[in-house]
Amino acid sequence: MSAMNFIEQIRQRDRVFDFIQPQASSRLDVSHGNILYLEDISVSFDGFKAINNLNLYIKEGELRCIIGPNGAGKTTMMDIITGKTRPDTGSAWFGSRINLLELDEPEIAEAGIGRKFQKPTVFENHLVVDNLELAMAGNKSVITSLFARLSAAQKERIDEVLETIGLKDNKYRLAGSLSHGQKQWLEIGMLLMQNPKLLLVDEPVAGMTHQEMDRTAELLKSLAGQHSVVVVEHDMDFVRSIANHVTVLHQGSVLAEGTMDQVQSNPKVVEVYLGE
Amino acid sequence: MLDKALMNDRLIFDKKTQSFLAILTAVALLVSLLNTFVPEGHILHCSTFTVTLLGKYLCYALLAVSVDLVWGYLGILSLGHGAFFALGGYAMGMYLMRQIGDRGVYGDPLLPDFMVFLNWKELPWFWHGFDMFWFASLMVILVPGLLAFVFGWMAFRSRVTGVYLSIITQALTYALQQAFFRNEMGFGGNNGLTDFKEIMGFDLQSDATRLGLFLCTALALGLGYMACRYIVCSKLGRVAVAVRDAESRTRFIGYRVDKVKLWIFTFSAILAGIAGALYVPQVGIINPGEFNPINSIEIVIWVAVGGRATLYGAVVGAILINYAKSTFTGWLPDAWLFALGGIFVFVTLYLPKGVTGFLNRKQEQLA
Ligand SMILES: Nc1ncnc2c1ncn2[C@@H]1O[C@H](COP(=O)(O)OP(=O)(O)O)[C@@H](O)[C@H]1O
Ligand SMILES: [Mg+2]
Repeated sequence: MSAMNFIEQIRQRDRVFDFIQPQASSRLDVSHGNILYLEDISVSFDGFKAINNLNLYIKEGELRCIIGPNGAGKTTMMDIITGKTRPDTGSAWFGSRINLLELDEPEIAEAGIGRKFQKPTVFENHLVVDNLELAMAGNKSVITSLFARLSAAQKERIDEVLETIGLKDNKYRLAGSLSHGQKQWLEIGMLLMQNPKLLLVDEPVAGMTHQEMDRTAELLKSLAGQHSVVVVEHDMDFVRSIANHVTVLHQGSVLAEGTMDQVQSNPKVVEVYLGE
Repeated sequence: MLDKALMNDRLIFDKKTQSFLAILTAVALLVSLLNTFVPEGHILHCSTFTVTLLGKYLCYALLAVSVDLVWGYLGILSLGHGAFFALGGYAMGMYLMRQIGDRGVYGDPLLPDFMVFLNWKELPWFWHGFDMFWFASLMVILVPGLLAFVFGWMAFRSRVTGVYLSIITQALTYALQQAFFRNEMGFGGNNGLTDFKEIMGFDLQSDATRLGLFLCTALALGLGYMACRYIVCSKLGRVAVAVRDAESRTRFIGYRVDKVKLWIFTFSAILAGIAGALYVPQVGIINPGEFNPINSIEIVIWVAVGGRATLYGAVVGAILINYAKSTFTGWLPDAWLFALGGIFVFVTLYLPKGVTGFLNRKQEQLA
């Protein structure tokens, strides 16, 4: 199989061999302005269409909020982007060169897509600093991991991220002993360590106090620009405080798109939300 | 304070490891002295029978450590490690068979007795090379390692986990047991391999050889333990625990979970094989009974009783339970499995971190 690919590659004179090509993350091509293209995507679970002809484009450096009632398919959409769920039809491209449907989860992570889960999942039995270490970008093969030692620069990077997420004083605590909000931040910190081009953040403020929410909003806003950020959230105040561009998902497809005000005055959106 | 305690755990030679190595060395020295220099009949004399019994326990301890590595740290509940142990044992057994030479009952210079008995005229191809110790030693590592690699490659790549994985590991050892029972397989069938005479020219019945085997086992346990300790203290060890606790999360941050599992599982199987190879010359026999699925379940119970994910807990559990088994079976042979089941239930309910976890907690309360 791989021998065939190899011969195929040799025949195509205009192409560079895959193994000489730089890592996927540096192959990312956003020269057309968009970092994510989802086109005509559909998924059904046992006949139920969770995603139905979804089209979504995310611009480079953008902070996009996705809202929608429970069961609208927001989490499923993230599952598709990160390789957890395969769509029945449609295409998903990261930049204009990386076909997400050909990659599996670690490859997608390596290509530069990071994800924060709806339910905060940090490694509870590890220290905060270990959680960040594990998430750090770099070679993640078995052998490298067996002999890995943190360099001074890497330690510094960890401290930097600890500072950003406000967990500096909790560096050596077990992640499992953090409060709910702190776990959410730690997870965002882990995302930052991965240094992804695109961050997918699923319900980051669920269960947070107002103060914690404000901090999270600051954090996410500071990330946009260098990173493209997609935030799924229920809390309207929170969405209003961070996003200038909002997409409303309903029954697996896009119902409306625009600024928060446009979206909120859209009669279709009002109907869906009032009907809930 | 808490920070320091937690950071201390990450040192390869932490307090527990130091204690473990000190005790192991002390036992090895003491047993040697009491066996060699204290005259027989003296109350302090350590009989060769006891030396071999201890050697057997240390083999079990190494086996338990290998299971703790995959179960405690990686979350793979292998109910088939007995198979790797037995395969290592068979590789050593084949070497010991070839060492018998023409001293067998039938006096055939090349063929082991059971082959003569079956009227075989020549040595099967897979018996070649086993007259050389280095070759047999290589097979002790390669055969369990390769089986674990192929098995793991298929299982982990298709993401078989949890109970399903445990069941197919049971099936694996059961299938091997059935295969090794057959005479045509060429491993001595039901009777297995036995009547060994010597190892590397040393008489297996002599006290010195027995003591030497015991010391080799202690050394293997020490080295195997430290190798595992190195792994669990490395970043790979932290990845393993991450896989155990949140497998898909680990995948999403870019680790190839299947490869992490594959390599650690294979390494663990090799350790189990080495334990088996040291076991066979000490007990003097290897037969398909070693593949019995029950054996593999017992190993897991040793680890649970001693305390998971500590390595030393596995050692303690293996020795405690096997000591109890030796005592108990002499007394009420038929009831052992019930007693073992009872112990397992008790530990699961009341000592979730095993005996060592319980002792650690008591110690902390006193401090
Ligand atoms: N693996 C799955 N199997 C079956 N149904 C699923 C699965 N994942 C999601 N669904 C269904 O798809 C719909 C969309 O779910 P989800 O994407 O989690 O919604 P949201 O995150 O917008 O609340 C829900 O009705 C859910 O029950
Ligand atoms: Mg959701």
